Amino acid sequence: MLYRENGQFKTSYRADQAVFPIAQDRLAILAIIAAAIVVVPFVAPEYLFRAILIPFLILSLAALGLNILVGYCGQISLGTGAFMAVGAYAAYNFQVRIEGMPLIASLLLGGVCSTAVGVLFGVPSLRIKGLYLAVATLAAQFFVDWAFLRVKWFTNDSASGSVSVAGLQVLGLPIETPVQKYLFCLAFVIVFALIAKNLVRGHIGREWMAIRDMDVAAAVIGIRPVYAKLTAFAVSSFIVGVAGALWGFVHLGSWEPAAFNIDRSFQLLFMVIIGGLGSIMGSFFGAAFIVVLPIVLDNLPYWFGIPIDTALAAHLTFMIFGALIVFFLIVEPHGLARLWSIGKEKLRLWPFPH
Amino acid sequence: MKLKSISTAIVIAAAAAAGLATSTAFAQAKEQFFPVLVYRTGAYAPNGVPWANGYVDYLKYTNAKGGMNGVKITYEECETGYATDKGVECYERLKGKGATVFQPLSTGITFALTEKAPGDKIPLITAGYGRSESQDGNVFKWNFPIAGTYWVAADALVQHVAKKEGGLDKLKGKKIALVYHDSPYGKEPIPLMQERSKLHGFDLQLLPVTAPGVEQKATWLQIRQSRPDYVFLWGWGVMNSTAIKEAVATGYPREKMYGVWWAGAEPDVKDVGDSAKGYNAVTMQHGTETGSKIVQEILKEVHGKGQGTGPKEEVGQVLYMRGVMSAMFAVEGVKRAQERYGKGKVMSGEQTRWGLENLALDQKKLDALGFAGVMRPVSTSCADHMGANWARVHTWDGSKWQFSSDWLQADESILKPMVKAAADKYAAEKKLTRRTPEDCQS
Repeated sequence: MLYRENGQFKTSYRADQAVFPIAQDRLAILAIIAAAIVVVPFVAPEYLFRAILIPFLILSLAALGLNILVGYCGQISLGTGAFMAVGAYAAYNFQVRIEGMPLIASLLLGGVCSTAVGVLFGVPSLRIKGLYLAVATLAAQFFVDWAFLRVKWFTNDSASGSVSVAGLQVLGLPIETPVQKYLFCLAFVIVFALIAKNLVRGHIGREWMAIRDMDVAAAVIGIRPVYAKLTAFAVSSFIVGVAGALWGFVHLGSWEPAAFNIDRSFQLLFMVIIGGLGSIMGSFFGAAFIVVLPIVLDNLPYWFGIPIDTALAAHLTFMIFGALIVFFLIVEPHGLARLWSIGKEKLRLWPFPH
Repeated sequence: MKLKSISTAIVIAAAAAAGLATSTAFAQAKEQFFPVLVYRTGAYAPNGVPWANGYVDYLKYTNAKGGMNGVKITYEECETGYATDKGVECYERLKGKGATVFQPLSTGITFALTEKAPGDKIPLITAGYGRSESQDGNVFKWNFPIAGTYWVAADALVQHVAKKEGGLDKLKGKKIALVYHDSPYGKEPIPLMQERSKLHGFDLQLLPVTAPGVEQKATWLQIRQSRPDYVFLWGWGVMNSTAIKEAVATGYPREKMYGVWWAGAEPDVKDVGDSAKGYNAVTMQHGTETGSKIVQEILKEVHGKGQGTGPKEEVGQVLYMRGVMSAMFAVEGVKRAQERYGKGKVMSGEQTRWGLENLALDQKKLDALGFAGVMRPVSTSCADHMGANWARVHTWDGSKWQFSSDWLQADESILKPMVKAAADKYAAEKKLTRRTPEDCQS
């Protein structure tokens, strides 16, 4: 009843091409962002920030990056963890080796290094496709793991291979309390989500989607596969690299290569698949599903005061989580984002469906 | 659908609020909360479970004995699965409940929490593991690697094999291979081994094994080719039994193999059984202590009353004892703090930190606690957060672990400069200054 677009006339192409053409959507998103910036910092407890909101924001940023590559350009990648690691370690090196390096600059430079590595490992995508490409990007994962474990220079000669950062600040403002960290990550996520959304609906995004849908046909109509595929790799690994740097700097504070191992790559790929391939919104849904749900499941017995063995609780979490993944993929193979848009379609007609 | 999910959310929120209310009610009743980070699942569970059982059993035992000067212990376990991010989540979850002291039980989690603990004013105990340079309490104010680090373990091992060879000078030209778990944990002993190898002129061969360590064929092929005089095994979980099996397959004598204490417990050799006979491991003071008084007490007071956490047969085994000892340090730290800040009171993290820093467990106290013969006295100070640097070597005889060496003491003349240099490097990176003598008094 409330959610309908009657009376919202579009009189210009601009209005027709808006990110959220429906006024209610626009308002809802603005309200959510405003609430995230203004209300959440005052009401949420510290645990919520540190254990849920910050990891959720950073991993949704990474999922967003991966979604550009897998969802929009159709290039399956299992090297996400590697690109995150490159971002984190590169940013660390900029921060440690260059005196007075601003934090944001080192994070972005981390992303730039990740872009270079991403493009390098994206080159095989010009010749190999589908699952074979997944295997090729797996090489990136193993190579990067190896490099950060073995090459001492990358870890500033730390004896154990574990590196850490402290005293983060932006323009004199410290990034120390959970609220500051949260707002810092939120700013990154909003900016990158906006950039990503505009990229995918611009000409470059259309090229990616054309390559995804059928690369031969795309080449025939004049899209250069080299350019389209490598830009997708570049943009994707840039965002993923920045997310990796945030994960290390802001969330963990101290990390070793194991923080970005193959499990992380799979986790992100699942986020994208469950959340919805080729959807910016889906990246957030997927991240929420994979980050928040296990923690909630883990906590349920304590909240209800059920005395339960720790091991049993952990196993139950795995089982319920796995069952839910299967359930959602059966109900809607196109991911939570599709479920969301179906819901919206239905809502438009409610309460009088034809 | 939507309404339903909203109503569930409300139910969950209400339950959470109820949980919060009860926990504050608990705090008023003179109860000290101990968070317990464990891994009872995953690849390392075989080693994590006995530790957790020992830890929790000791807490229960303390309560059965009337608590800490009347203050009862409450605790909550949190499963980390040995993952650093999961460990951080556990830390955040439990610290809000008034955590006294954290024991991360993972080198990776220790590194992450080292950054967070000072801000939250919660001490970390890493008994026998963690970062070796954190012995330097002047830089690492909140870290307590009580009674040993991996550097102590490695140093004791080098001394032990030197003794076998007939003196440290006899090590010249010998070859020692370090087979290690490729993680911060496995890499910890490397600086010390390198230092020792420079000093005595033995060859150090570094052989990393990718976690979790089920694939070691290539590593042992290298060992077969280079035939090192000794193999030090910095392995863990499934990696240990795999390494011993590979040693059998390549014909490397088990008598020449020395594990760290994580590679020297029952789960590591049980599956291999007889072929592991002769395999040695360094212990950070204690070994299997089924005969000790504390074990008998726990069996009587906890298991005897049907309160035991794990199987009865495992009580007193190596890793179980490690859990017991770690819990004892935490409890004694709180008790020591009570001596200064008021007996029978609930201690804050800061007060507990003082207690841990001024821990004085002399022989008399250890005897009273039932730890006679299990360990040697520990006494910490502002500069030294480790408090004891003794170790022993024990050997698997096919069915049980038996001590095969006398007490070994790590060489402070080697350790001290290394600890100081590493701590200084950390302080410089973090722009920290060393603590002043006045700060030590607080």
